[in-house]
Amino acid sequence: MHWRLTGDNIFKTLATVLAASAAFILLVTAITLLNGSLPVFQRFGFSFFTGTQWQGNVIGSEVFGVLPYLLGTLVTSAIALLIGVPISLGIAIFLVEMAPKTLKVPVSFLVELLAAVPSVIYGLWGLFVLRFWVLNYIEKPISASLGWIPIFSGTPFGLDILTAGIILAIMIIPTVSSVTREVIQAVPNSIREGAYSIGATKWEVIRHWVLSYGRSGIFGAVILGLGRAVGETMAVTMVIGNSIGPKAVPTSLFNAGQTMSSLIANGYLEASPASLELPAFIAVGFTLLLLGLLINVVAHVMVTRVLKIKGGAVE
Amino acid sequence: METKYKIIAIVLIAVIVGGVGYILLSPPSSVILSGSGATFPVPLIDAMATEYGTVKPDVLVGYEGIGSGGGISALQAKTVDFAGSDAPLSAAEREITPNTLHIPETIGAVTVAYNIPNVATGLHLTGQIIADIFQGKITNWNDAAIQDINPDITLPDHAIVVAHRSDGSGTTFIFTGYLSVVSDDWANTAGLGQGKSVEWPVGLGGNGNSGVAQLVQDTEYCIGYVELAYALENNMSVAAIQNPAGNYVSPSLETTTEAVAGKAQQGLPAGDASWSDVNVLNAPGEQAYPIVSFTYLLVYKELKVIPGMTEAKATALVQFLWWVVHDGQQLGPDLEYAPLPSNVVQIDEASIQSITFNGQQLPTT
Repeated sequence: MHWRLTGDNIFKTLATVLAASAAFILLVTAITLLNGSLPVFQRFGFSFFTGTQWQGNVIGSEVFGVLPYLLGTLVTSAIALLIGVPISLGIAIFLVEMAPKTLKVPVSFLVELLAAVPSVIYGLWGLFVLRFWVLNYIEKPISASLGWIPIFSGTPFGLDILTAGIILAIMIIPTVSSVTREVIQAVPNSIREGAYSIGATKWEVIRHWVLSYGRSGIFGAVILGLGRAVGETMAVTMVIGNSIGPKAVPTSLFNAGQTMSSLIANGYLEASPASLELPAFIAVGFTLLLLGLLINVVAHVMVTRVLKIKGGAVE
Repeated sequence: METKYKIIAIVLIAVIVGGVGYILLSPPSSVILSGSGATFPVPLIDAMATEYGTVKPDVLVGYEGIGSGGGISALQAKTVDFAGSDAPLSAAEREITPNTLHIPETIGAVTVAYNIPNVATGLHLTGQIIADIFQGKITNWNDAAIQDINPDITLPDHAIVVAHRSDGSGTTFIFTGYLSVVSDDWANTAGLGQGKSVEWPVGLGGNGNSGVAQLVQDTEYCIGYVELAYALENNMSVAAIQNPAGNYVSPSLETTTEAVAGKAQQGLPAGDASWSDVNVLNAPGEQAYPIVSFTYLLVYKELKVIPGMTEAKATALVQFLWWVVHDGQQLGPDLEYAPLPSNVVQIDEASIQSITFNGQQLPTT
């Protein structure tokens, strides 16, 4: 097993180093964030995760809590999944099971084009166009009739948790639908043929065999979409209304809110290096990294499972 | 064929002669001054840097608008020659950047912009009312407090929509400083007071002056605060605000400069002293606009502390600063920046003259 200077070995070493660099970058990022946020965790401990206040102006009596933004991130992402996943499923099923060949290529191209639109464009469109659609056609009617329900309370302005969730839904559709399409395509044709042969309708085949067979893979796709929604910054910042402190706890869909990434984007530029505010923003970043890691680990596990299925193993 | 070679030879010789000539005749290696910090003065500093290039072609000035916080960090790390900040250094910031001079460079003012259908101009407000609106204590446009001081306007019975900055900003620092001066309740409520960002009890957050301006213009019955230059350039409806002399004053370059001149007469600290308590809010003067503030250039008094600083570069920096507070001020009005009044320029002169390199004073012109 003597290592020799051959082209193969050089290539192997090079590839290993490059692969390791990804892990190294992640590790360095995590350590840097943890290190930068240490003063905050030392001062507030676990209450940083449960606190709702964001007061950084009086040095010595700062209070920082990430809870409203953690909830804001989770709620907007949940709305995005609620709206985006059914649409993505529909797109994927249509493309694999129903679309004629002449439609397949252009439609999947268009859907994937959605992923190529920079998020600031979605943000601008959200701010200038979508905001008013949501306000006039969704929020005002609901507010007038169902305003007594707590999650629809408050005066709607169109810049709130709901609009942010809808923008995110649009942004996760390309990710979720293209992965789902791959998953559905990976379902062996023998499954479909078997189902048809016992007299199942198209709907039954899709519902009971195809989706069921691919469900862990589809779940992986959803988690990937969630990962995108959780980290999205620019578009959310532009439409979420950016409230801060206890008011930012997402109690109503029609209230302005804030996510962790929008909080950082909004505040860190002017955070004084001499106060705890800068470490507090870094601590929010660390929290976001933890959440993102958690989501991606889950996604990885799910996607690995579906790859095994694709390889022939059965659940 | 021969003529072709001749042409090629002539072209080659011309290129060589031209190149050598260019190298010989081009200006001596230039000095590069770099700064970073507040975004508010970026258009002015950019214009000044360009104009200064015609005065001193061998000095290049670059300024990056990365935010006051970033500017102070860069000053602390000594990676820039000067920094820009909308707020004076706090006591804690002075500790991490010892012996820093505050050089007021231009003046910022904050307008209270509104969007009330059929009320395009003429709205009067007092500081107390503005504070109460932004604290959520006054919630309706036809509140008696507002209606009483606006006898000529019929204010609508409609809820007030508040717009504020979502990003940390010098504009917010000025505005909340004013609210703290006029309202004890604002000053003493935890999370409020003066700051680049505060825990707003009501309202929608917009990113940047443009974000707030867009909220105000697109949302009926909205009120927000926008930096003067931005409001003027966009023809926004802005409120006239009562000053300590009792007059309702509309924001403009003239009323802004008058405010600073009035306050400077009452005395300002020396450049190397603490400026953390300086404010030019609620200045005396018949036509002084009340929501006004300096924006500062920050520079070390002893330039030797910056790695790589040479006497030539230090001299170039001092001369640039001197030019900024004199000739450079003329560039302000076109860009809607109020020029410094003469009594502030005198304070700046003393500060700039006190800058040293290795203990040696430097020529200012």
